[in-house]
Amino acid sequence: MSEGIIQADKPPRRTGDTPDLFSKFDDTIALRENLLASGVEDPFSLVMEQVLSPTRAICNGRDTILLGTYNYMGMTFDPDVVAAGQQALADFGSGTTGSRVLNGTYQGHKECEDALREFYDMDHAMVFSTGYQANLGIISTIAGKGDYVVLDIDSHASIWDGCAMGNAEIVPFKHNDIAAMEKRLKRIPEGAGKLVVLEGVYSMLGDIAPLKEMVRIAKENGAMVLVDEAHSMGFIGENGRGVVEDAGVIDDVDFIIGTFSKSVGTVGGFCVSNHPKFEIMRLVCRPYVFTASLPPSVVATAATSIRKLMTASAKREHLWKNSRRLHSGLTELGFTLGTDEPQSAIVAVIMPDLEKGAAMWSALLTEGLYVNLARPPATPANMTLLRCSLCAEHSDEEVETILGMFERAGKAVGII
Amino acid sequence: MDRAEVDTRIRTIIEPFNKKGIVITEDTTFAGDLEFDSLTVMDFVAAIEDDFDIIITMNQQAEIEKYGQLVDAVHSQVSN
Repeated sequence: MSEGIIQADKPPRRTGDTPDLFSKFDDTIALRENLLASGVEDPFSLVMEQVLSPTRAICNGRDTILLGTYNYMGMTFDPDVVAAGQQALADFGSGTTGSRVLNGTYQGHKECEDALREFYDMDHAMVFSTGYQANLGIISTIAGKGDYVVLDIDSHASIWDGCAMGNAEIVPFKHNDIAAMEKRLKRIPEGAGKLVVLEGVYSMLGDIAPLKEMVRIAKENGAMVLVDEAHSMGFIGENGRGVVEDAGVIDDVDFIIGTFSKSVGTVGGFCVSNHPKFEIMRLVCRPYVFTASLPPSVVATAATSIRKLMTASAKREHLWKNSRRLHSGLTELGFTLGTDEPQSAIVAVIMPDLEKGAAMWSALLTEGLYVNLARPPATPANMTLLRCSLCAEHSDEEVETILGMFERAGKAVGII
Repeated sequence: MDRAEVDTRIRTIIEPFNKKGIVITEDTTFAGDLEFDSLTVMDFVAAIEDDFDIIITMNQQAEIEKYGQLVDAVHSQVSN
């Protein structure tokens, strides 16, 4: 995402009601009203009335295949995961009502961190209440005044917000551009602290970072390296540890940030590290300290799911098969995709503009398919995207059904 | 490098970004007069950084609204 780029100042356009602090949202309100006036269903207020499985739900009254939920490994209805959550809910109650550093660390939180340490084979693991808070907390805490954060311009909002919350100097570089990153690292004044922030998989286009080269260059230039592996956990790398594992650089990165709200199938975030002083973060990281910890049922489901993901090689294989098939099928149908080859479990379909994109999104929903509509300013280069994320639980038949839906909707809207 | 030299070099760099051929003065604003959007800002800043071999951090960019301020910021870096 690119929300962090400085937006051009626009003179406030105050219309209608009495001008107040909400006047700054008038452009967004108008954009949304114009979109809905074209007759499409509102892409940003979908309600799932029933969820039937990791891949099916009743959405706005329709039986719908889910192709935009990041539920990559389909763990949300795993019987062991659900049972662990139910047991913890019964044994430990509905919530902790407290911070991790006060009354909010239960046995389950420790067990969840144990599972993460084993999963990544790392010394330290710290669980946050969301993935957003993990990036916010770690980045804003370790990069302080006088330090430099060098980051990809297409970084996720949580990374930008972590930069905004800290006091470090922020130096972005062009997406996945190794030379641009290296030049900026070399221009940083000698002696300054340096943090390079990268993502394994970039969630908008589903492309991966050239981590082998980037991590090497970052280390050669004396930087610490943080890699967000939110969209790779569980299925990229031999043990599902992410692009860092696949690229053979996991031992060279200082911090891996991840989330429970994708492959793990619940909510929460984490950071794992081998840094000898890492545990001090529990006392100095404000987004960790000043919020309530995750409910016992959530950490129990997360721990169970993480342990099952360690050995989920059959699911991994099927997920990759699904990704390859959807990618090749959509390419054959004539759609323009975010990557030439399937690089992750995200297949991004590039739309000509927001109007066509919204119409296509709406047509797919009518067909019974849910995908993510991603639009500016969250997207790189102001693109409108239909972002598809596959699940290991999508059957081969479902993927073929999905391709049929895309063909009909694409022809109806006039995109193919 | 003196300020005039910096000014001349930036004027060359800005040309391909100045799509409407606006006459640039010290008070020309990037967002208002030149209508630079965030993507243009990124490419323009990168071009200046590479040409002068400097970094203009986002913190510094936030303080720069007018052309003259950019020349000052670059000049202060290259004369150090």
